[in-house]
Amino acid sequence: MTTSVAFEKARAEGRAALVGYLPAGYPSVDGSIAALRAMIDAGVDIVEVGLPYSDPLIDGPVIQTAVDAALRAGTTTTDVLRVVEAVAATGAPAVVMSYWNPLDRYGAQAFARDLAAAGGSGVITPDLTPDADDSWIPAAREHGLDTVFLVAPSSTDERIAMTTAACRGFVYATSVMGVTGTREQVGDAAAGLVGRTRATTDLPVAVGLGVSNATQAAEIAAFADGVVVGSAFVRRLLDAADPAAGVASVAELAADLAGGVRKR
Amino acid sequence: MDTRPDSGHVLSADRPGRFGPYGGRYVPEALIAALDELDREYTAARQDPAFTAELDHLLTTYTGRPTPVTEAARFGAEAAGGARVLLKREDLNHTGSHKINNVLGQALLTKRIGKPRVIAETGAGQHGVATATAAALMGLECVIYMGEEDTRRQALNVARMRLLGATVVPVTTGSRTLKDAINEALRDWVTNVETTNYVFGTVAGPHPFPTLVRDLQRVIGVEARQQVLDLTGRLPDAVAACVGGGSNAIGIFHAFVDDADVALYGFEAGGDGVATGRHAATITAGSPGVLHGARSYLLQDEMGQTIESHSISAGLDYPGVGPEHAWLKDTGRATYEPVDDADAMEAFRLLCRTEGIIPAIESSHALAGARRLGERLGPDATILVNLSGRGDKDVDTAAKWFGLMSESGEVQA
Ligand SMILES: Cc1ncc(COP(=O)(O)O)c(C=O)c1O
Repeated sequence: MTTSVAFEKARAEGRAALVGYLPAGYPSVDGSIAALRAMIDAGVDIVEVGLPYSDPLIDGPVIQTAVDAALRAGTTTTDVLRVVEAVAATGAPAVVMSYWNPLDRYGAQAFARDLAAAGGSGVITPDLTPDADDSWIPAAREHGLDTVFLVAPSSTDERIAMTTAACRGFVYATSVMGVTGTREQVGDAAAGLVGRTRATTDLPVAVGLGVSNATQAAEIAAFADGVVVGSAFVRRLLDAADPAAGVASVAELAADLAGGVRKR
Repeated sequence: MDTRPDSGHVLSADRPGRFGPYGGRYVPEALIAALDELDREYTAARQDPAFTAELDHLLTTYTGRPTPVTEAARFGAEAAGGARVLLKREDLNHTGSHKINNVLGQALLTKRIGKPRVIAETGAGQHGVATATAAALMGLECVIYMGEEDTRRQALNVARMRLLGATVVPVTTGSRTLKDAINEALRDWVTNVETTNYVFGTVAGPHPFPTLVRDLQRVIGVEARQQVLDLTGRLPDAVAACVGGGSNAIGIFHAFVDDADVALYGFEAGGDGVATGRHAATITAGSPGVLHGARSYLLQDEMGQTIESHSISAGLDYPGVGPEHAWLKDTGRATYEPVDDADAMEAFRLLCRTEGIIPAIESSHALAGARRLGERLGPDATILVNLSGRGDKDVDTAAKWFGLMSESGEVQA
């Protein structure tokens, strides 16, 4: 399934799509596969597979901790592709979330080819704006991958238009100015940003950063096409007594959030 | 500030902030507006006579510019193959290093933009001290991010920053050094960008920082070039500087770039020796990639993960380097070589004993490089060295290195 089909399906059901993030390699490569699959079984529509990076500059402490552990355990880009393959085999769309340098090092062309071969749907690039570099977009287009770029509350209308024109699949709107992590409040800025984004594109707009529970998911689902949850899932893994408990806890949160996006 | 137009030889025209394939802006979209604002304000400010006059006034009456050039006759004769060694005395700046040149300009820009808060990263603490100083002077709130490892080896500078009213946040992620302090500062910036300006300390980072910081440090070379001409009647044969992120080096190099007969040498931290893998010799042993918002050389593994650097010098302990240096290296205009801890400390000792000047350990790498150049070029050569900072902050480290003090800080009998 492509991400577009997943968003259409949600729209047809009169709800927002639920997008769940976990880094590959935490608590282990197989452990991350199990957790991502459990998420999908419990109602997540699209998964984001994080590619662990040494300098994750828009991630807060929760994701930093898990990613750091994944790297210390030796997780490689090839492992990430293996996770994508195992997850995409369920039929749910899997996109990679990656900072630019690991992709640049692998080679934009080679990564696009290997990700497409693994059944991946696309890549979200948090530190790569469409105007930053010339190599990624052509490689992704050639291999039919979604290019998902971010828009932020601080983006000008011109930049939002430039960004959404380069997006395929969906647009990622960051709800607040800040790093990943759960928040009490997911800013009022989000609704305004989604409105400004919609004015430039027909692509679905997913909102992320800070969402941690069903109530917040329902709030976002009222004005966005998708709700992205990351740190709250990672927190479940970090707090678990053992990997199996972590998987169960992730599934529990996914079910709860899946209820939230249906309550718009 | 030197407002002459850019010589343009290293800037590619098609994209702002590119030095050949290097530089650029690889940052989250959330930061683009702030970088654009900084770029816009800086472009306007450098053409505004009121701004440049205010900066020049501070550089003269507050920092003490121009800094002198000192002939290091005994050092040259006894330690550098008889070559004529001239020291550009950035150690005599207020706060003890070249970092203040950049900070005063950026703090004035912050006032101009109208933001009440500044943040900065620091390695050796010199940039943090300079930023805390400018913040105190201009009434700005100031938060400094410093790797926990560096807060330990540069404890004196932590106290200085706190005395100046800054909040110092020890960073406990990753290698707990400069690289991680930059990550934390960027995270703060992305969160508080509406009220906060990031006073970046070196010529790395996303556009406009490499250009902005270079322009503010250019004064070093502009002064030194004239001072050497006045003193010797000719240009130096070589210019030597240490390279961490590269700001003192680009500051002294830039005025000489068009002087084809002047060789430019950047000395990187070789740590325990490049062969050991424990070093910070980014250009010597690294490869092109993206770190902290710009494409340049960096120390990375085959997956593109940053490799931790090592150096006795906190200010050079950084796995990245400014993009303009990457371009100067690729074009062959400048040469970069490693200097290991032991050679740097020997040069440190020699300058203390021959000239009565205690250099920063960072700058000691440039002095060790000058010794090497002196041996190579011989007694007819004139070598200009950027003495980027003074060693007061390093007395503890040096005393332990030379066995004058035990690890616990007791003075040896
Ligand atoms: C005295 C001194 N020299 C050099 C450096 C290295 O920085 P850069 O390479 O940007 O000049 C530092 C950094 O803290 C420093 O304090």
